[in-house]
Amino acid sequence: MRGREDEWTDLMRSANAGDNAAYYRLLKAVTPVLRAGARRGLARAGQPVDQSEDIVQDILFAVHLKRHTWDTNAPFAPWLFAIARNKLIDALRRRGRRIFVNIDDFSETLAGAPVEESVPASEVTTHLNGLPKRQRDVLQSIAVDSASIKETAAKLSMTEGAVRVALHRGLTGLASKLRKE
Amino acid sequence: MDTNDLIRTLAADSDARERPVGNLLMVALVLAVPVSTALFLAGLGVRSDVMTAMRNPFFDLKFVITIALAAVAIAISLHLSRPEASLGRWAWLLAIPVGLLGIGMVSEMMMPQRAPWTARLIGSNSKVCLTAIPLLSLPLLVAALFALRRGAPSRPAVAGAFAGLVSAGLAATLYAAHCTDDSPMFVATWYTIAIGFVAAIGAFAGSRILRF
Repeated sequence: MRGREDEWTDLMRSANAGDNAAYYRLLKAVTPVLRAGARRGLARAGQPVDQSEDIVQDILFAVHLKRHTWDTNAPFAPWLFAIARNKLIDALRRRGRRIFVNIDDFSETLAGAPVEESVPASEVTTHLNGLPKRQRDVLQSIAVDSASIKETAAKLSMTEGAVRVALHRGLTGLASKLRKE
Repeated sequence: MDTNDLIRTLAADSDARERPVGNLLMVALVLAVPVSTALFLAGLGVRSDVMTAMRNPFFDLKFVITIALAAVAIAISLHLSRPEASLGRWAWLLAIPVGLLGIGMVSEMMMPQRAPWTARLIGSNSKVCLTAIPLLSLPLLVAALFALRRGAPSRPAVAGAFAGLVSAGLAATLYAAHCTDDSPMFVATWYTIAIGFVAAIGAFAGSRILRF
């Protein structure tokens, strides 16, 4: 487990230094662990585990938008699991459940057989429609149609800078809609 | 949108990065301090005998205590803006302003006094103190909470309470220049009540707006 967490810390350091591929690999690597932890937490609260994907996406939003609060000299995993626990507690509270979040729901997950599937989560998709048109178009193009920033700029006749701004605002907007729910 | 799509999208946005919460808190306070100072000068002003007062160590001690409180509270608020942080031993930093106040009270007791201790405790400014410190805190509290919203505290109410201590510490520093009660006994009573009230407002606001 040590090795895996050290690897995450290295990836996040590279990501902070501007290595976007490292950032992508990091998010890919933590997602199965987050999913297994979210499922474990839902199961403990007597909730259907198929809602785990909404929680996973909520955690990923928070990781992305709060990553400046990670201290580069600290290990990455405790920071990640603290965010994940907060988001799991929020999700269970919204579902009106008594909260039994085990401190080890996330950190004890064995690397062995995490659930790998990536299913569409309903919450983000619903909120996508509530965004201003520009942001929605940009997100639609990048997230759903898998276009790059460059392609999106050409398609929507925007500058790449404007696409980046709309993308960031759209993501921030989605995250705050998820939180308010 | 499935999770793989989301990850790709977040990675596409990875050049957009926030500045550290500490930088933002400093900018916010640098903008808010002049507002509170203007309110202070318009409403209260510096006491007229300030040149003489500065030679009284108990007058000077008030500033040392309130500035120490603000500095310690800034450090703790920034610590708490990280999700994995807990208060724990950091709370001991509060022993610095409290200890300074304790030293002041003990030293005053060992000196001959013209006024009895009850008169020194009650003072002549307690009502002004209880109103001025919370009012002067307000612009600073708003600024501190605004900056700390960029953080990710796991205990938003506790983080908010420390934002309250930051703002109340700075507000009390301003107010101390007006107040003619220099007895550490007065400070320990009335300043503490006023500052505690601001911390409670901060905790309440924090529990609502510092959630992430």
